[in-house]
Amino acid sequence: MDTATSRERRLEYERRQRRRSTIIATASTVVVMAAVLVFVPMTPGWDKVRRSFFDREILIDTFPSLLKAFWLDVRIFLIAVPCISIIALGLALARNSRHPALFPLRATVAIYTDVFRGVPVILTIYLIGFGVPGLGLSRTWGQPIIWGTVALILAYSAYVSEVFRAGIESVHESQRAAARSLGMSSAQTMRIVVLPQAIRRVVPPLMNDFISLQKDVALVSLIGPVEILRRAGIEKSAAANFTPYVGAAIIFLAVTIPLTRTADHLMARQRRRTTGTAVA
Amino acid sequence: MNGTRLRLSNVEKSFGDRQVLSGIDLSVAPGEVICLIGASGSGKSTLLRCCNLLEPIDSGAIVLDGIDISAPGLDPDPHRRRIGMVFQSFNLFPHLSVLDNVAVGPRHVLGRPRTDARQRAIELLTRLGLDGHCDAFPDQLSGGQQQRVAIARSLAVDPDVLLLDEITSALDPELVGEVLDVVRTLKTSGMTMVMATHEMGFAREIADIVCFLHEGRILESGPPDVIFEQPTHDRTRAFLRRVLDAGRM
Ligand SMILES: Nc1ncnc2c1ncn2[C@@H]1O[C@H](COP(=O)(O)OP(=O)(O)O)[C@@H](O)[C@H]1O
Ligand SMILES: [Mg+2]
Repeated sequence: MDTATSRERRLEYERRQRRRSTIIATASTVVVMAAVLVFVPMTPGWDKVRRSFFDREILIDTFPSLLKAFWLDVRIFLIAVPCISIIALGLALARNSRHPALFPLRATVAIYTDVFRGVPVILTIYLIGFGVPGLGLSRTWGQPIIWGTVALILAYSAYVSEVFRAGIESVHESQRAAARSLGMSSAQTMRIVVLPQAIRRVVPPLMNDFISLQKDVALVSLIGPVEILRRAGIEKSAAANFTPYVGAAIIFLAVTIPLTRTADHLMARQRRRTTGTAVA
Repeated sequence: MNGTRLRLSNVEKSFGDRQVLSGIDLSVAPGEVICLIGASGSGKSTLLRCCNLLEPIDSGAIVLDGIDISAPGLDPDPHRRRIGMVFQSFNLFPHLSVLDNVAVGPRHVLGRPRTDARQRAIELLTRLGLDGHCDAFPDQLSGGQQQRVAIARSLAVDPDVLLLDEITSALDPELVGEVLDVVRTLKTSGMTMVMATHEMGFAREIADIVCFLHEGRILESGPPDVIFEQPTHDRTRAFLRRVLDAGRM
C-alpha cells in the first residue's frame, strides 16, 4: 500500500480515538456533577450546612481581610524559600563530601536531617517558636513569628536537602570520571558537571516540597501571628459561621493548584526527555 | 626526553578480594600507540582507569615523564589533566552544548579566558569535522559524532597521553569508521595513545605494540605482526581464534 495513505489512515484513526475519549470524559463528568448537584441538596442536613459553610454574604465580607492576612503567609514563604534552598544545598553537599576529615560534619548533618524529618513540623514550630523566645530575648528578637519561620526553615531544609542529595546521587558516576579525567578538581566537578544536572532533575520534586511549605506556613498561626488561618478563625467566631474557612481554602487553592499543575507539567516533560530516544 | 612517556611498573589492583591487575609492566614511548586486547573482564578498562588515577592502585607505580603520579599524598589533578581519556559510552556532559563540552576543559582546567577557550574548542571541532554542530546538545548527535566530540573534549586540555577504552564498541557498525579515522589522524600527528579495543583489524593496523591481557596479566606483548601471526602463548592463540571465528578480524 502507498505509505502516504496508510499514514493518513493511522492519523485519522488516532483522531477518532482521541475524540472518543474526550466524549467519554465529558459525559462521565457531567453525570457525576449532576448527581452531586441533585442529590446533595436532597440530604436532610444540607440546608444547615449550606448556611454555615457557604454563606455568600459572609464570604464577601470577610474575603478582603483574609486576603490581607494571606499576605503574611506569602511573605513568610518568600523569605523561607531562598533560605531553605541555600541551607539544604549546603547540607546535601556536606553529606555528599567524601573526605575522611569531614566525617564529623557528615555525621552532624545526618543527625540533623534525621531529627527534623522525624519530628512533625507542627511540633518543631511549637518547640522552637515557644522555646527560643523563652530564653528572654529582646522584644524584636523574641517574636514568635520570627522563630516560627525559623522552625519552618529548619524543618524544610532537612526535607529539601534529601531531595538535593538524591539528585546529586542520580548523576552517573561516569560523568564524574569524565570530568576528573579532564583534570577538574572534585569541587569543579561538583559545580560544573554534577550540580547543574542534579538541580535540573530535582526541580519538580522540589516544587512539590515548596507547595507543602506554602500550606504549612499556616501552622505558624498556632504560636500567635495573625496569618490567614488565624484570621479565618477570628472571623469565624465573629460571624458564628464557618464560611471564612472556606474562603481561606479558596485562597490557598488559588495559589497551590497552579503550582501543582506546573510541577506536574515539569515532571512530565522531564520524563519525556529522559525516556525519549536520541535523534540520530 | 628519556624515551618513556608513560611507564607502569608492577601495578597491582584488586576490588575487594578479587585481584583484577597483577604485575603489570608497560612502557610507552612518546608518539607510540599501544593496543590492549583480551577477553571482556580481562582488566583492560581497569588498567586504563588506573593510568588516569580514576582508580587508586594497590602497589606499583605509574610514572609520567619521570614523575611517579601514583605516589600517595600527591595531588593527582594536575597530572590527570596530562592524561586524557575517551570512554566507551562517550560520557559527554548532557547539559552543555557541544561547544561548551569541549571548551569547559580549557576554560576551567587550563584557566584560559572564555573567548580563548571557545576559540580553541571551535578549532578542534572544525578539525574533527564537527563545526556544524557547535550549538547542538550531545543527545542530538549520532553516536559517531558524540564520540568525536568526546575526543575533541579530551584533546582540548592538551594531554600528553590519550587513553581510549573501546571507543567504538557502543557504535553502530556504519559509524565505527569515522571514529577510527580520527584515531589514525591522531597517530599521524604524533599523539601517544593506549587503547583497549575489540577491533583486531584496526589494532593490527595502528598499534606499535599489542598487549594481550588475560585475567589481569599481560601474557604477551610485541609488534602486531608477531602477536597476530606468531603468538607464543596458547591463550593468545585461543583468544585470537575465537575472535576470528566471531568475524571480528
Ligand atoms: N568497580 C569495580 N568493582 C568491582 N569489580 C570490578 C570493578 N570494575 C571492574 N571490576 C572487575 O574487574 C574485572 C576486570 O574488569 P574490566 O577492567 O572492566 O575488564 P575489561 O575492560 O577487560 O572488560 C572484571 O572481573 C570486573 O568484574
Ligand atoms: Mg572494558
